Amino acid sequence: MNLLKEAKALLKHNIRDYGMYIALLVIMLIFTVMTNGLFMSSRNISNLIDSAGYIAVLAVGVMLVIIIRHIDLSIGFLAGFLGAIAAILLMQFSMPVYLVIPIILLLGMLAGSVTGFLVAKVGIPAFVATLAGWLIYRGALLQATEKSGTINVTNDAFNAIGNGYIPSIAEVGGLHLLTLLLGAAAIIYYIFNAIKNRKNKIRYNFDVVSFPLFIIQLAFVSFLMGYITWILAGYNGFSWTLIIILLVLIIYHFVTTKTVLGRHIYAVGSNPEAAHLSGINVSKITFIVFGSMGMLSALSGILFTSRLQSATTTAGTLFELDAIAAAFVGGVSAAGGVGKVTGAVIGAVVMATLVNGMNLLGVGIASQYMIRGGVLALAVIFDVMTRRQRA
Amino acid sequence: MSGTILEMKNISKEFTGVKALSNVNFKVEKGEIHCLVGENGAGKSTLMKVLSGVYPYGEYDGDIIFENQVQKFSKISDSVDTGVVIIYQELALFPDLTIYENIFAGNELHRKGVVDWNEAVTRSKELLDKVNLHINPETLIKDISIGKQQLVEIAKALSKRVKLLILDEPTAALNDTDSENLLSLLRELKKQGITSIMISHKLNEVISIADKATVLRDGKTICTLDGAKGEITEGAIIKNMVGRAIEDIYPKRKVPAKGDKLLELTNWTAHDPRIGRNVAEDINLHVNYGEIVGIAGLMGAGRTELALSIFGNSKKYKTDGTIKVDGKPVKLAHTSDAIKTGIAYVTEDRKGDGLFLLQDIKNNISISNLKELSTYGVVNQNEEIRTAEKYRISLGIKTPSIQQKTGNLSGGNQQKVSLGKWLFVNPKLLILDEPTRGIDVGAKLEIYTVMNKLIESGMSIIMISSELGEVLGMSDRVYVMAKGRIRGELSATDANQEKIMELATQ
Repeated sequence: MNLLKEAKALLKHNIRDYGMYIALLVIMLIFTVMTNGLFMSSRNISNLIDSAGYIAVLAVGVMLVIIIRHIDLSIGFLAGFLGAIAAILLMQFSMPVYLVIPIILLLGMLAGSVTGFLVAKVGIPAFVATLAGWLIYRGALLQATEKSGTINVTNDAFNAIGNGYIPSIAEVGGLHLLTLLLGAAAIIYYIFNAIKNRKNKIRYNFDVVSFPLFIIQLAFVSFLMGYITWILAGYNGFSWTLIIILLVLIIYHFVTTKTVLGRHIYAVGSNPEAAHLSGINVSKITFIVFGSMGMLSALSGILFTSRLQSATTTAGTLFELDAIAAAFVGGVSAAGGVGKVTGAVIGAVVMATLVNGMNLLGVGIASQYMIRGGVLALAVIFDVMTRRQRA
Repeated sequence: MSGTILEMKNISKEFTGVKALSNVNFKVEKGEIHCLVGENGAGKSTLMKVLSGVYPYGEYDGDIIFENQVQKFSKISDSVDTGVVIIYQELALFPDLTIYENIFAGNELHRKGVVDWNEAVTRSKELLDKVNLHINPETLIKDISIGKQQLVEIAKALSKRVKLLILDEPTAALNDTDSENLLSLLRELKKQGITSIMISHKLNEVISIADKATVLRDGKTICTLDGAKGEITEGAIIKNMVGRAIEDIYPKRKVPAKGDKLLELTNWTAHDPRIGRNVAEDINLHVNYGEIVGIAGLMGAGRTELALSIFGNSKKYKTDGTIKVDGKPVKLAHTSDAIKTGIAYVTEDRKGDGLFLLQDIKNNISISNLKELSTYGVVNQNEEIRTAEKYRISLGIKTPSIQQKTGNLSGGNQQKVSLGKWLFVNPKLLILDEPTRGIDVGAKLEIYTVMNKLIESGMSIIMISSELGEVLGMSDRVYVMAKGRIRGELSATDANQEKIMELATQ
């Protein structure tokens, strides 16, 4: 079987890229079997995605930070703090949602730029600078919620971000129509793009997989996308949270893979000295990456506040560590320069899946933490081993 | 003073295909000061690393006989225990620790694991007296000059009951007074029976201090000169150092140098605040259109530092003086400014700060000029592939495809990728820092051919090189640097190996 051989070789060479997808599938399969299919139910998958949202966007941001060899610990409480500000603007100042969201995102960007300034211009190690941020934003969150305690948000439009679903237009056999249409569009776009890429690669004599394997790949991915769409369409359809995650993913994927800025980010990550000698402004890149991190923290804060329909005094606690864990599970390398934003999102989904599945199984919180820790350690061990193999 | 303390017999050492040492024989008598001289890359440091156990027994061929016993050092501490201590060019001191902590670092005076600091301070004072350094042992290393740090290193060696002291270019970073102090200290230690081996590029020092001098060239022992017989003279050393005939691997180019000045430096000085001295001082030089200007000199002469101070002042030196490009004064505050002005710099350390080893050839070639390939910040990847392909073919980069990671390429091909990256930027002036270091002769010839093509297309090149053959074979004019200053300018017809060596060892 040539095909089997080729598939094996492909897997072996790209194990770093495929590893977490395989891990995710295996974990999902185990939970599905152990819960008698409850895990794969429409309602649960929908719930899982919404609960992964606020960590996924943080993971995308922090992955870029780790790629350029820094770290950001302040993002959790920054998200919590900005979420509280959003609640205050909405409830105490009665601002409309369409103003509150851009304001919060801008504030996030500003906060991120301050970190960026400290790291890039003043030269403070990112760990220390963002640890200071961690303390400051924690204090700021307490201050903001000091008088009122938990701030309840009763704005429906705002709450829909974390709990609502896209309109269905019409139901088809009990399925959500717009969701089906979007899913189908995504599949068609994926297939079209894959074929175009393949043609291009062949034209320039790049390595491509053999035609039958290519077809199998296409069929497999299309099936997965179709399956998830079908599952979600059976409940309430795509949630707004999912749409936001996908938007962030698409934009960041585009920026990191197709733009000059993206190239510069990876260049700074793989070799800062060489990047500098190549004429890249390393501090500018550092600035931009931390600025984006701040903006995504704000987005995470909005998602979380909206999901809870309130801003609490402890919102954002340990988000940063969950996001960093997700980024590492998603394949970012601690040595810098390596990692994909798709990986960050998958990493966040893996971690959320573990929590969700274990909750369904009634696993105690103590064991849950230990198991999640084990998975993180395994992911990093895997990363180190595959890199050594390659070298 | 009698008998042989050290004999190294038929030492050979290979680095993945390159013979660094072949059948080197080296003999040192008890109580003498023995100098080891040779061009950069002749194998001096490698030989000393074999001796001190940096390359353990088994990684080299041949025998080390120390005090009549064959030694099989498997690690550095083995050689230290036997009484062989090496002091490297880059000092191995901890800048934030005190002198006494440094002297006993790794060799702490302790009783059952508890360090006796009082004893350490007292002993340090004695040791410092021995090296004529009369300062408080509680001073931090970073607060004393490099000359004094060198003395602390020697004091540290003395604390280990050294019998054979090896110094790798001890005076390279020192001023004349400090150098003189160091040399007289070595003479004093000699009276106390300590044998020294000194690697040095400064021939006047060698002549003044050496009892014997062994010359290495291309990894082989050429001869050992005896001071007592009056054999150690500048002429004899230089002749043996460079004696190799220049092989005719330097292709000729057609276009003669044009007259217009492209780059001009006037009274250019670069001060490095971190080490507190001028790395380049009072430099006056110019480069005309269509010529290759060689900058010769020994390691540590300040050539790379000079290049970096021009190329967007990468190391944040404090600079003084003017740079003119095409007759107009320019300020190059960042590497991107220099690139915009038409200056490119190909680093001497390809792997360290030249290439992105984890990324493929295509990304490495395009990185400095992505603007050219993109609209509204989006990279046109087809155009990028076409560009990379173009340079792969024109430079003859040997690779299955341009999606190969640069880390997997050979040195010569990596250098071609570096060149391709800068050719794509299309500068007026290309600064090449050691363009052929660590690559084989075939690839060297290819690099020289590319350089000639660039000159013929109207580009200018500054070539920093420690290989005299290359400097003489390729340059239209040569500047020779030593200790951060330009010691002389030679035209292609005037320049020869002896003249350059003479200027470089000033």
